[in-house]
Amino acid sequence: MIEVLRLSKQFNGQTVLDDISLKVEAGEVIAIIGPSGSGKTTFLRCLNLLETPSSGRIKVGNVEIDANRPLSQQSGLIRRLRQEVGFVFQNFNLFPHRTALENIIEGPLVVKKTPREQAEALGMKLLAKVGLAGKEASYPRKLSGGQQQRVAIARALAMEPEVILFDEPTSALDPELVGEVLATIRSLAEEKRTMIIVTHEMSFARDVANRVIFFDKGVIVEQGEAKALFAQPKEERTRQFLGKFLGTQNTDY
Amino acid sequence: MEEAFQLALQSAPFLLKGAYYTVILSLGGMFFGLLLGFALALMRLSSLRLLSWTARVYVSFFRGTPLLVQLFVIYYGLPQIGLELDPLPAALIGFSLNMAAYACEILRAAISSIDRGQWEAAASIGMTRGQAMRRAILPQAARTALPPLGNSFISLVKDTALAATIQVPELFRQAQLITARTFEIFTMYLAAALIYWVLASVLAHLQNRLEARVNRHDQES
Repeated sequence: MIEVLRLSKQFNGQTVLDDISLKVEAGEVIAIIGPSGSGKTTFLRCLNLLETPSSGRIKVGNVEIDANRPLSQQSGLIRRLRQEVGFVFQNFNLFPHRTALENIIEGPLVVKKTPREQAEALGMKLLAKVGLAGKEASYPRKLSGGQQQRVAIARALAMEPEVILFDEPTSALDPELVGEVLATIRSLAEEKRTMIIVTHEMSFARDVANRVIFFDKGVIVEQGEAKALFAQPKEERTRQFLGKFLGTQNTDY
Repeated sequence: MEEAFQLALQSAPFLLKGAYYTVILSLGGMFFGLLLGFALALMRLSSLRLLSWTARVYVSFFRGTPLLVQLFVIYYGLPQIGLELDPLPAALIGFSLNMAAYACEILRAAISSIDRGQWEAAASIGMTRGQAMRRAILPQAARTALPPLGNSFISLVKDTALAATIQVPELFRQAQLITARTFEIFTMYLAAALIYWVLASVLAHLQNRLEARVNRHDQES
């Protein structure tokens, strides 16, 4: 379904991602955790080429990008891959000059050339799905952060992608709005959608993901079944990281 | 007083004919200036050094030299190297080239002011760079660009008076000709000034309406 082979990225002489390989099966929900600066967001952004890998291959469905060759020669392929890979940004990145519905149908309309009527029907369905029926005519600035992020999720869904990538989807939200976005993502997980989620929400990762991957210093330190990894991490670095997380949680409450 | 009024009335057809040329020069300069300015802005934003450098030099030259001198070079200078132009095309070319330099800088600044996340969002749903520019970036850049563009356009309307110096029978030139015949200096130039004022006001009004239009997503729910 998704296959990443020996992906590396150097930036200003520093190795940000070091020889990462990963296979994701259809229907899997993967959470990527790790300290800031560990390369987890960079890795996610490399998967749909928002970030340029220095080397390696990325295969989604039957589209394959070879980062060992110049990417400028593969721009058509990259666009095809991006249609198969939805992306939800930390800062939503909705189009501010378009209504919620217009944001959602922009991809189908412009990229897939779906007839407007059909795209709008799909858009309305997706709005209802993310719990925002009735908000179709609202501009993003009139929506709360949580609502904006849910529109952004609907926008990603509208392209009917094979996989959706989430880049810390709740990090920019006020605490009271985190729940509604996580609930939306959880309901997608229940539909067996393939998703890769970079997140700091540890309990969410444990409860919703099938597999958790712990990133540190540009490499995958450890990965495994979510509940097992949280209960009994094998690596010392994972233990330290999860311990710190549990520590901060203790001081929070 | 009554005499002056009579004179103004008699001269009206001449002044209006002049105003017609003023409008042609203004609209032409805006249209071609904007078109060329947009192309220059894209060059300026290009990662290809040669393109961005060419645009940079162009802007530097046309903003760094007097418009009057540019018009003289085009109308009086070019014939010496075998390129003879009639007054109207010469003026039109001069105003367009000059406006393009200003439009380039305005559009470049407006486009680069748009958050990178907007490009990324467009790319993430599979858009080409062209589609992203057209559908996501330009509509947002337009609201930043409109006020300074409006200013430049209004300046252009008034600058078209410079075309009088290269024989274009535009508004100011007509006023000069009538003044030479009648010696009614005050009346004629004041009448010309009023017509410029009307033209600039119409433009300012259009600018306001357009600004309200591109800003509508800020007001409505």
